[in-house]
Amino acid sequence: MRKALLAASAAVLLAAGPAAAQQKTIKIGFVSTFSGPTAVIGNDMRNSFELALDHMGRKMGGIPVEVIYEDDGQKPDVGKQKTEKLIESDKVDFIAGYIWSNVLLASLKPIVDSKTFLVIANAGPSQIAGELCSPTVFSTSWNNDQTPQAMGLYMNQKGVKSVFLIGPNYAAGKDMLAGVATTFKGQVVGQELTTWPSQLDFSAELAKAKASGAEAVFVFYPGAAGVQFLNQYAAAGLKGTIPLYTAFTIDELSLPLQKDNAIGVPGAQEWVNDLPNDQNKKFVADYRKKYTGLRPTYYGAQAYDAAQLINSAVVATKGKLDDKDTVQKAMEKADFKSIRGDFKFGNNHVPIQNFYLQDVVKDADGQLSLKTVATIVKANQDQHHDKCPMK
Amino acid sequence: MTLFIEQCLNGLQFGLLLFLLAAGLTLVFGIMDLVNLAHGSLYMIGAYFAATFAAWTGSFVLGAILALLATLLVGMVVEVVVMRRIYGRDHLDHVLATFGLILFFDEAVRLIWGPAGLSLSLPPWLSAPVQILPGVNYSAYRLAVIVVTLAVAGFLYVLVMRTRIGMLIRAGASNREMVGALGVNIKLLYTLVFGLGAALAGLAGLMQAPILTVQIGMGENIVILAFVITVIGGIGSIRGALVAALLVGFIDTLGRAFFPDILRMLLSKEAAATLAPALSSMLIYLLMAVVLVVKPEGLFSAGNK
Repeated sequence: MRKALLAASAAVLLAAGPAAAQQKTIKIGFVSTFSGPTAVIGNDMRNSFELALDHMGRKMGGIPVEVIYEDDGQKPDVGKQKTEKLIESDKVDFIAGYIWSNVLLASLKPIVDSKTFLVIANAGPSQIAGELCSPTVFSTSWNNDQTPQAMGLYMNQKGVKSVFLIGPNYAAGKDMLAGVATTFKGQVVGQELTTWPSQLDFSAELAKAKASGAEAVFVFYPGAAGVQFLNQYAAAGLKGTIPLYTAFTIDELSLPLQKDNAIGVPGAQEWVNDLPNDQNKKFVADYRKKYTGLRPTYYGAQAYDAAQLINSAVVATKGKLDDKDTVQKAMEKADFKSIRGDFKFGNNHVPIQNFYLQDVVKDADGQLSLKTVATIVKANQDQHHDKCPMK
Repeated sequence: MTLFIEQCLNGLQFGLLLFLLAAGLTLVFGIMDLVNLAHGSLYMIGAYFAATFAAWTGSFVLGAILALLATLLVGMVVEVVVMRRIYGRDHLDHVLATFGLILFFDEAVRLIWGPAGLSLSLPPWLSAPVQILPGVNYSAYRLAVIVVTLAVAGFLYVLVMRTRIGMLIRAGASNREMVGALGVNIKLLYTLVFGLGAALAGLAGLMQAPILTVQIGMGENIVILAFVITVIGGIGSIRGALVAALLVGFIDTLGRAFFPDILRMLLSKEAAATLAPALSSMLIYLLMAVVLVVKPEGLFSAGNK
């Protein structure tokens, strides 16, 4: 009895004492959308994150990993609440995930204030790359305007002289449309922002695009809205008459629904399923084996890299996560093999990376799939990093 | 000018589609005094049925007809199993029960069809645009939607104003007990009316399916508009629903199309770009507020059916 009491009090002391010792588990909070029409995206991210943990033997640096998945319902207020819960009541070591820029911006303050390490696996609001950058905030995706900037460069290559821009009216939509305009050398003849996420009928916007006389249309509609947009683009008779250029509108989740409407519509992306490095081949093959009938998307690829980034920091610090500076330095090194190939961080903790041109083709199984056609830009850094005070 | 014609057609198509939803809602609300929040679920069910049956039969039209019948059936079953038990109760109980139905239908759809959503492709003769005026092309499918909804509106008019069932429906709306006392099977009548409302919602859902995607929760946003129309048009009035639906369709589409340009003339470019989408999506609600102030019972009050 006395022995047990002693042991118990020793345990309490140990737990409360200065935690120089290794952690018992690595706790990771993962915030994404698991309900509603865009739940398929959240599921893909969770699938990929889980696959990454499988590949690590569900341990990081020999310490078991516990992941708590939280659903933001694509709503900023819910996302913030779930984030606070993860920090205050679950006391997680890392937070990862976030699809939507507006959800992330709402959730950022509690994360930064508590100095919890954040690995953003999709959203890339320009503020976080610039003035709101933070030592504990990292991204395994991109800044919002990089991908449309790449598309703008591609449109220059194609000799497009004028373009009409359409996108949703929220943080990312505004970043995307502003992004194309910075690199596109022709004229932007018009721009439409639509109510997000409720507006799904784009007939009024498409009629305006047609009437504007623009040579091309650029569009950004992630998730199911991308399906609706492409269907309506074809039904309005614009496909084949006005070339369409996209960012984040065609992916492996929307393609089975977009079908032939997506053929011949180019997109820009930092990861495509057929990138030829070994770790990517393993990721895609194991994903398709584990989740039969599904294919990974760039959302999943970014979540997979988020798990790898966290793992690299845990391994480098041997699980001593209390020393925030050391963990930060370890993460800045990005010492892992990204499935997109070379990977390094800029001063603002946003990756400096290539952007590829992707096209829709029929693959060996006769299914529509995405294929890398060309590299549009190499080692591209976002345009906001100067505004970030970190050097 | 061609842009204006095209936007008017878009407004007409959207308005008529909203009419289908609102007609069912106003019938059920006006005649059975039942607030049915789950109307949007029936819209969703119609779309899912259409996508499934069209894939089975390989024909869009056949799939649509089967889906219509199936939604009618689902509506009648819901009436017999759930609605019949709550007629006499408070409106708040209706709201609670039908909100429960929304959750039930969303989860049922997730179990049967999965979370990813379906797509319904159009046959080639509907997917190509047609020339309506020299130099003006318009989506053949949207034109087809306009024709079908106008036909349904005509059918509803004849049904309610010119047939015996319609007479009973109108009588039931004015004095339920008296109709029952005269020996009319009011229970059967209610089941039919609710089924009809469900079929109208299902028709709206299946016609939207090729334009939008078929997904869980697709009815939730649009049913709010249907409620707005019911309020503007006057509860229980089909004529009111038609007028209000067209008003809402035109204001929403033309507002989205031309309001930003008007704002751009008045304000700086940045301010207009941020304000325009927010303000144009508010126009409908402004209309509702004005109607409520001027004519609280709606444009066509129920006595005017």
